[in-house]
Amino acid sequence: MIVFDGVEKRFGDNVVLSDLDFTVAPGEHVTLIGPSGSGKTTILRLLMCLESVTEGTIRVAGRYLSHMEKGGRLVPADEKHSREVRKRIGMVFQQFNLFPNMTVRGNLIEAPTRVLGLSKDEANARAEELLEMVGLRERIDEHPSRLSGGQQQRVAIARALAMQPRVLLLDEVTSALDPELVAGVLALLKRIGETTDITILCVTHEMGFARDFSDRVMMFDGGQVIEDAAPAQLFAAPEHPRTKEFLKAVLERP
Amino acid sequence: MFENLPLIISRLAAGIPQTVIATVGGIVLTIVLASVAGLALLSRSRLVRTVSRTYVEVFRGTSEVVQLFWIFFVLPALVGYQIIPLAAGVLVLGLNHGAYGAEIVRGAVQSVPKAQYEGSLALSLSPRDRMLRVILPQALVEMLPPFNNLFIQLLKSTALLSLVVVNEVVRQGQLLVPNLGVGETLTIYLVELLIFLVLALMITAVMRALERRASARLGRTPAPRARRAAVGGVA
Amino acid sequence: MTVGWDWAYAIEILPALWQGLQVTLLATALGSLLAFALGLVFAVIRRSRVPVLDPIVRGFVELWRSTPLLVQAYLIYAVLPGVGITLSSLTAGVIALGLHYACYTSEVYRAGIDAVPRGQWEAASALSLPRHRVWLGVVLPQAVPRVLPALGNYVISMFKEVPLLLAIGLVEVITVANQITAQTFRPVEPLTMAGILFLLISYPASVLVRRLERRVGVI
Repeated sequence: MIVFDGVEKRFGDNVVLSDLDFTVAPGEHVTLIGPSGSGKTTILRLLMCLESVTEGTIRVAGRYLSHMEKGGRLVPADEKHSREVRKRIGMVFQQFNLFPNMTVRGNLIEAPTRVLGLSKDEANARAEELLEMVGLRERIDEHPSRLSGGQQQRVAIARALAMQPRVLLLDEVTSALDPELVAGVLALLKRIGETTDITILCVTHEMGFARDFSDRVMMFDGGQVIEDAAPAQLFAAPEHPRTKEFLKAVLERP
Repeated sequence: MFENLPLIISRLAAGIPQTVIATVGGIVLTIVLASVAGLALLSRSRLVRTVSRTYVEVFRGTSEVVQLFWIFFVLPALVGYQIIPLAAGVLVLGLNHGAYGAEIVRGAVQSVPKAQYEGSLALSLSPRDRMLRVILPQALVEMLPPFNNLFIQLLKSTALLSLVVVNEVVRQGQLLVPNLGVGETLTIYLVELLIFLVLALMITAVMRALERRASARLGRTPAPRARRAAVGGVA
Repeated sequence: MTVGWDWAYAIEILPALWQGLQVTLLATALGSLLAFALGLVFAVIRRSRVPVLDPIVRGFVELWRSTPLLVQAYLIYAVLPGVGITLSSLTAGVIALGLHYACYTSEVYRAGIDAVPRGQWEAASALSLPRHRVWLGVVLPQAVPRVLPALGNYVISMFKEVPLLLAIGLVEVITVANQITAQTFRPVEPLTMAGILFLLISYPASVLVRRLERRVGVI
């Protein structure tokens, strides 16, 4: 589903990702863990075309994301191409990023009507269904500012799902929430993982969630994947010294 | 369109001295009035504050053109003798921009953190020393960018003096226009714009240099220049 | 010239002055609309970094902001007839005002646009919204309300600069005041009444803008 091939990402002199190769199969749930600055969020941002690769290629569902084929050669993708390929990738952000000038309903139907070409009725029906699933159906005509952080994040998740993505990117989606709201959001994500076959890439510090939710955990450090295994194995018996160090520090948090 | 360029430039340049005199005179008067009125706005005396506030609101709230004509027509009759147009012009420039300047001064002094004021109280500095040695040097750095904008406004306002027969650049242009064809008219105005642009850049250069020196005195480097603050509009 | 204050005279000239003031207000209203619209266009061009237009707009705004409105008004009024477009004083004046103040309002809009959090742009991107929707649906609705007080201040400033358009033949309140003075040789009442009229409009207007600032929460 997702293929990173020799990807390097530099910001000026700062090499954030180097020679990165990995694959994610359709329907897989992969969690990326590692210290800050290790490049995990950059991977999500590359998939979302919020950044572009310095070297290497990214393919999603068989199509090049970062580049496009022009006259038999690969050239860096233009905005139109990126937007095309990106249509089936959804992202949920740490800061929710709901549009404050629209109601919850507005937030949910904006992209499906403008991008996927759904009629207002279809988009509204889908919005209501999704809000039902996240448990916020009654708040549909309110403005985001009236909702708690956890509620806003659930709306953000619904908004991403409204586009019927084949890939869902979750960027530390519970890090900005009050601790008591975190569980609700994680439970929702688990339900989504179980009831859909969306490929999910998740960056998180919630190790418990990572263990329950993922098929695979990738440990990042210094812009490289240093360990890649099923959660049962990685958490119980990490091989790489840096992984051991990291898990020790993180799991000992009060 | 460019045949008479040397003539145009020399004629317009003949107006530059008056423009410069008006600008410099206006700036000096502005600084004086802004300082006095600005500090007066912060006075403990209600009367002083009210007088200053009235001055500021009247001169900010009425049009500069009105003020110009008022001083030009009314003042000589009131005072009894003729006033040179240039002097009337400088007076209006100073009074008008001094009112805006007073608000800048007030704002800058008020923006100095209260802790500075309290620290100098703790050191038993006299009110005079407190102002001169502690508050004003810090306020000064805050004031320089808005005053830069204000002085450029003043420079632009000197063009209005052409309406009361002061022989500055714009008036020179207006005298020249009837003698040349329409194509040249465009050139005349473009050259005028360029002259003002150059003068404006010179003002900015001086103000930036002052900003650097004032900041250095405080041991700071001046903040990177945000594109001239538009919010709040000192126009 | 006779100096003194005659209340009867002062009141007698009020209707004529009011006629002139209406023109002043009209010029302000039209000029402001132009400045709001054009300034927004400039700001969006600059923030979208359109390749050729961006530096042109930037250069123009710098030049136009730093030079006198009076010269610009003369230019527009006197030069356009050369290319066959004859404009009335009001039209030329409104264009001059609008163009000049667009240079100020574009900076105001830019500040407002910059104040919209990056996350909003990213979320809109993540939803693959087309560019015009990002601007119209997400960014501008958040940017513009915040800058309304600053725009309001510029309207007031413009109002006070309208009188200089008498130089290109606009008959507004100061023109009328000067005409009356020329007839009666009494300058004090016309000019003072004109000044008072300005104050009566601009002072309450600034108070309103300050109140608007507090409601909107200045950037």
